Amino acid sequence: MTRLSGNPPAGSADVVVIGAGHSGLAMSRFLSARSIDHVILERGEVANSWKTERWDSLKLLTPNWQSRLPGFVYSGPEPDGYMSRYEVVRFIERYASFAGAPIRNKTEVTSVRQQESGYRVETSRGAWRTRAVVIASGAFNIPVVPAVSKSLPGRIRQLTPHDYRHPEQLEEGGVLVVGASATGLQLAAEIQRSGRPVTLAVGEHVRMPRVYRGMDIQYWMHVVGLLDQRYDEVDDIKRARGVPSPQLVGTNDRRTLDLNALGESGVRISGRLVGVRDGKAQFSGSLRNVCKLADLKMNRMLAEIDEWIGSNGCHDTTDCIERFAPTAVDDTPLLGMDLEKEKVRTVLWATGFRPDYSWLDVPVLDRKGRIQHDGGVADAPGLYVMGLPYLRRRKSSFIHGTEDDARDLSDHLARHLDVTARHSRIKIAV
Amino acid sequence: MSTQEIVIDNGVNVEALLGAREALTAAPEAASFKWRATSEWAGGTHTKSVVENFFGLGDEQKHRQAFKYDTDHPEIFASEDNGSTPVEFVLVGLSGCLTAGIAAVAQNRGIQLNSIKATLEGGMDIQGILGIDSDVRNGFDSIKVSYEIDANATQEEIEALVAQSQKRSAVFDIISNPTDVHVEVSKS
Repeated sequence: MTRLSGNPPAGSADVVVIGAGHSGLAMSRFLSARSIDHVILERGEVANSWKTERWDSLKLLTPNWQSRLPGFVYSGPEPDGYMSRYEVVRFIERYASFAGAPIRNKTEVTSVRQQESGYRVETSRGAWRTRAVVIASGAFNIPVVPAVSKSLPGRIRQLTPHDYRHPEQLEEGGVLVVGASATGLQLAAEIQRSGRPVTLAVGEHVRMPRVYRGMDIQYWMHVVGLLDQRYDEVDDIKRARGVPSPQLVGTNDRRTLDLNALGESGVRISGRLVGVRDGKAQFSGSLRNVCKLADLKMNRMLAEIDEWIGSNGCHDTTDCIERFAPTAVDDTPLLGMDLEKEKVRTVLWATGFRPDYSWLDVPVLDRKGRIQHDGGVADAPGLYVMGLPYLRRRKSSFIHGTEDDARDLSDHLARHLDVTARHSRIKIAV
Repeated sequence: MSTQEIVIDNGVNVEALLGAREALTAAPEAASFKWRATSEWAGGTHTKSVVENFFGLGDEQKHRQAFKYDTDHPEIFASEDNGSTPVEFVLVGLSGCLTAGIAAVAQNRGIQLNSIKATLEGGMDIQGILGIDSDVRNGFDSIKVSYEIDANATQEEIEALVAQSQKRSAVFDIISNPTDVHVEVSKS
């Protein structure tokens, strides 16, 4: 491939949207409504990550009634259920045809760079010229694996949630699950149920009950306004964007999955994994405090919900105020573990994800590789990003959070196209 | 009823701390500090240590004065007890760090503190340091910190202060997580 001249242009569009997941499709819907010429470039097929990079039992953390995209709502028989990943794929596929999105499948973006009056987007199927780019390629492209992984003995198999599908693919024997977000807790629970004894290493986490006062916690977060909290209204947006996903699971019995439930099922709870030395895993002595922080934070949220219920006068329609048992921590928490002696065969890194920007040749990344943006408006004219945690609102990375973000950003984008069009007309006139 | 603004003053300059945080976010290289101590054997189990200089904000820095500390062991260890034991110094470091953190967090959250008292206890089985049982570790098996705090805040708000202080504490981190220790020796 000749780099100097690049591929011949496959086409041009006013806007190139990268990624045909729910974010890209929602943006497409708003662009279509404004008759803005655009194309969606998709490396695989619609909802690609949901098809290829998720474990089998995964269900959405949000109830079905909450699943909505612009002009499209859940209309199935179980509004209080939770979509499996296959149902999510179907939901997004149906949305793609509903929205009539102009998708180019199997078109992998290999480079985006600025050029006069916009961007040049190189793909596996030719190049595109465009005036604006919307990055909707997801927040969970690359599993984050901490450096301590390099110190693990070679015979221990290391997996990320992208490789993991179901417990039966794991060797018999102990499993160390690292990370206590929704991912870590869900995988710890199902692996323990498969008969493989699990130790869960727990750092900072977000605890919440599945159901509170008779309603799904997502309902309360919605009505109280927590999900709509804006990025420019929180104290420390950087911190808010780094908060792990809440410890929730979507099951038919709407049970709460927290460290206490895991402990009762036999999972051993330890502090954060901080080192491996001579085949021994070392765990932080901060377990008590991270549990305390999570309990306090949960109780603050529940108090906020109680206050809302009190001031909205619906005492009679809901159950009484509830508070949950504090997270139980052993009197002598596990500080070390001989991986050989404990027959640990697998370490599963549920330590978060990051987006992949390896193809982005526009200087908008900070020193830690994060895209710098103001509520999705990147630090380069005509460049936008969607679907990241707390992008514009607390709900930004959820399917139902896409609509408001896509509306706001498509407004901004339309103005950008207007202004630059006027600007180029003026230049021509001069 | 008249309203008046309540001024919270815990003697912590939070604006300066937040300013430093912002400045160091922009210039992370200046955030690299080196903390130092020097010490000299004073005979027996007695050591005299001095803390005076440190490096930070890209330059050599100095305390207002040299601080001197004695460490020794008590008479039941057949020592002269010229100072606290080194392990007690670790407790001193932990309480100093956590308490300063509580004050800073309280200031930032607009909570007036009236008093903060801490009692610390580190449990230790000295069979470890005496080499009696190799399964017993040398250091503390656990540390218990008890805070008694008088502040214009609810019990939960006070608990949150202490939890946040632990989350941001250097000494809490040093004690609860492994640290690579590199000891060099030269003959003088």
